[in-house]
Amino acid sequence: MTIYTTSDQDFVELSDGWELVVGLEVHVELATNTKLFSGSANRFGDEPNMNIDPVTLGLPGALPVLNRHAVELAMRVGLALNCTVQPSIFHRKNYFYPDLPKAYQISQYDQPLNIDGYLALPGGKLIGIERAHMEEDTGKSTHIGGAGGRIHGADHSLIDFNRAGVPLVEIVSRPDIRTAEEARQYVTELRGILLAIDASDAKMEEGSMRVDANVSVHRAGEPFGTRCEIKNVNSVRSLGRAIDYEARRQIDMRNAGEPILQQTRHWDENDGRTHTLRTKEDADDYRYFPEPDLVPIVPSPEWIASIRDALPLLPGARRLRLAAASGAAADAESVMVVVEREQDDYVLAVGAAGGDVARALVHVKEAYAEQGSSPAVPAVDLAGLTQLEVSGKLTATQAKQVLAELVANGGGDAAAIAAVRGFEAIDSSSLEPMVDAAIAAQPDAWAKFVAGDAKAVGAIVGAVMKASKGKADGKAVSAIVEARKAAAS
Amino acid sequence: MPSLPSFPTVLNTAAAVRSGTRSALDVLDEHLARVTECETEIHAFNLVLADEARAAAAALDARIAAGDDPGPLAGVPIALKDNMCTQGIPTTCSSRILEGWRPPYTATAVDKVVAAGAIPIGKTNLDEFAMGSSTENSAFGPTRNPLDPSRVPGGSSGGSAAAVAAGFAPVSLGSDTGGSIRQPAALCGLVGVKPTYGLVSRYGLIAFASSLDQIGPFTHTVADSAAVLEVLAGHDPMDSTSIPQPPPSLTSVLDRGVDGLRIGRITDLPAGADADVTARVEAAFVALEKAGATIVDVTVPAFGYGLTAYYLVAPAEASSNLSRYDGVRFGMRVTAGTTAEMMAVTRTAGFGEEVKRRIMLGTYALSAGYYDAYYGKALKIRRMISDDFSRAYERCDVLITPASPTVAFEFGSKGDNPIAMYLCDTYTIPTNLAGHPGMSVPYGTGDHGLPVGVQILAPALGEQVMYQVAAELERSMA
Repeated sequence: MTIYTTSDQDFVELSDGWELVVGLEVHVELATNTKLFSGSANRFGDEPNMNIDPVTLGLPGALPVLNRHAVELAMRVGLALNCTVQPSIFHRKNYFYPDLPKAYQISQYDQPLNIDGYLALPGGKLIGIERAHMEEDTGKSTHIGGAGGRIHGADHSLIDFNRAGVPLVEIVSRPDIRTAEEARQYVTELRGILLAIDASDAKMEEGSMRVDANVSVHRAGEPFGTRCEIKNVNSVRSLGRAIDYEARRQIDMRNAGEPILQQTRHWDENDGRTHTLRTKEDADDYRYFPEPDLVPIVPSPEWIASIRDALPLLPGARRLRLAAASGAAADAESVMVVVEREQDDYVLAVGAAGGDVARALVHVKEAYAEQGSSPAVPAVDLAGLTQLEVSGKLTATQAKQVLAELVANGGGDAAAIAAVRGFEAIDSSSLEPMVDAAIAAQPDAWAKFVAGDAKAVGAIVGAVMKASKGKADGKAVSAIVEARKAAAS
Repeated sequence: MPSLPSFPTVLNTAAAVRSGTRSALDVLDEHLARVTECETEIHAFNLVLADEARAAAAALDARIAAGDDPGPLAGVPIALKDNMCTQGIPTTCSSRILEGWRPPYTATAVDKVVAAGAIPIGKTNLDEFAMGSSTENSAFGPTRNPLDPSRVPGGSSGGSAAAVAAGFAPVSLGSDTGGSIRQPAALCGLVGVKPTYGLVSRYGLIAFASSLDQIGPFTHTVADSAAVLEVLAGHDPMDSTSIPQPPPSLTSVLDRGVDGLRIGRITDLPAGADADVTARVEAAFVALEKAGATIVDVTVPAFGYGLTAYYLVAPAEASSNLSRYDGVRFGMRVTAGTTAEMMAVTRTAGFGEEVKRRIMLGTYALSAGYYDAYYGKALKIRRMISDDFSRAYERCDVLITPASPTVAFEFGSKGDNPIAMYLCDTYTIPTNLAGHPGMSVPYGTGDHGLPVGVQILAPALGEQVMYQVAAELERSMA
């Protein structure tokens, strides 16, 4: 068997007409104060077994009581993903495991809360959402003494029930994802949406957002292949690596004439490979049946409408809004970054204060990484800077220096800073003699340029910049040089 | 005919204690004396709480001396089925698997009776996890019927029934999943009530079959029963299936009589009741007609499928509810090499035969490929039964049937045949599946001078009319 290592390249090209199909199952812990079915705190990082109670521990006689706020957050998730919110019930998913206190997980099965939605990737492609259902989290086991922290071979295991009963939404995509890059975009976009609606802190590294990937390959025109589910993917970067690795593994097996077995596979971050966790034959029969301790959730149309109406503008819409305000010059990457940092309202405020939105967008992207969603620099101050640029009073290099000072001081008058730094504008009438002097000083370079060697202009422009001590506007200099060339030929 | 002395009632006891005529401690000691006298033979209790009860009674007397009114059950000793959680006090379900476990909290129903002034006197024996009809399935040995110790008290709440019948307490709490209050009430000559599903909180009641379980009282009289159920009933935010509305007044309806009521006779009721039992049921119809009621013939075609549906639904839920007894967090643990082996050997050692049988049955009924044929079909029958009852109740106010097909039977008489035991609940089970209330009222005696219980069934939240009829039956026996 060939051993692959995956690089950090964005997209592994599939060879020989193979196509990749990916569906993602994303578990998200909801940002409630208390657990899904009890009053214990829903809080990460506490000492083990602090946030427990009879319901959490599944003690005999304890009964679950549904957390209304969790239902609201779950509905918010569904509505933000364009799902239909429907009457739903809980089921019991039965299996024995030490960190599953009742030996069943209360989950939703054939009547989930949210169905049939979609998520739009930044490029516009729609990824179908099959369902987004509610369920409770399990406790957390730590296996001591075994190899690699696995239960097999461990001397003993410790269980922390703080996480048991924490509300989750499981968001199941349709198998609409075709590349590792799309998978990464999907998770990144989903995370942005979850943060925007305050449904979850969605931290993959803390496990409040957990991604499982169903991966299969097939030849173009043929039906989908047998899928494998990849677990233990703990970052967006790992997700891409794991999908790429798994696709190549499956293609290699198919090329070798070996069948793909339906399996659950474990991504190992260290060796960059997936390993068999269990095969379909070992899968538990979960014996789902309706949870008799709970009553159906039947959200009224008014309740659904009130949650829908209270949804904030989502990242996709915010990007469109920002791009439109920036005009044709909008830089897509800056738009992505600025919206992700929730600084788009600020950029728009710069525009409202009379500034140039496109320039503000780039400045904010470049210089505001540490500023958060409420930057210290008043919008009107950044507007002042962009105005100086638009009117040609500052060069790009000068603007950057002024911007750095604005950020360092938490604001200020851009014109005053420019003046202190001696960034007085050099108008074209004083530039022309400087250009002519530079041409005269370098006749060889000038001759080459006139003869058609475009690169030769660098020496002329460079000399002007040097003579002006950097105060000349490069664009203006180039314009004068071009005019001289036109006159000379 | 077996007979026992006449024991004090709930209402008389509470009235005497509230008025200061008698002290709660005095009342308690009288009952503890009965326990000392008879418990060795009867074995109603898994645990007698003599010290705790004395302390509670003394505290209650102090409150009364200070001018407090402790409530409608002031100073009334109460026996609790040992599947209701009591904080710090062992709660066993008569199973080895819960060995050593002390709940950190108290069941809502227990909290309510205590808040009304009742004094818990002990935890009573039951068929393990409430699975049985004779209390022979207890891991701690059977309970004997105080009316004839060679016979069973019924089950699964046999200990609670025996405790009241033997005069250990004027009232006890049981739980009824398929007849576990009404059948032992019938066999012990008591009033036993299974309220509408959701009327009494299940919080702290250790689940057998969650969609069927319901707590209710055993008493000597209908009026006592009404007074206790008034205390028990009511919405509990800790139980999502608890009905969110105020409980009905019951003690106020007892004198209304039955004039103008329509009493339903189920013409297609499954056969199987003994002649001595049916004779008493017929006598009940006669008495009610004489008191002004009209007897109406109705059919409940799905009634006969109840037993079958029940033995899929209840074990299915039980198989899931009992999965938490895995040796990990509480109760018994038998050590073994791996976690999975530990769970297996613990459950093998901790559960009795009947419990294992039902776990197997329920696991099978829910398994992939069998769900539709078994559990799914049982749910359909459940709906049919509910619909059939609804149609019947369009034509009558209550239904009358036997509570148990027989009077109390002898130990071991059902042999090793679980089906014979299951048939004990033929007449009680359909009501649980529908979620409706039902009660057994003692109505004279049958063979061997043993008591016969007449069952009154009513639609959901029909407790008022049910008690109205029960009170009339009781008067007709006086």
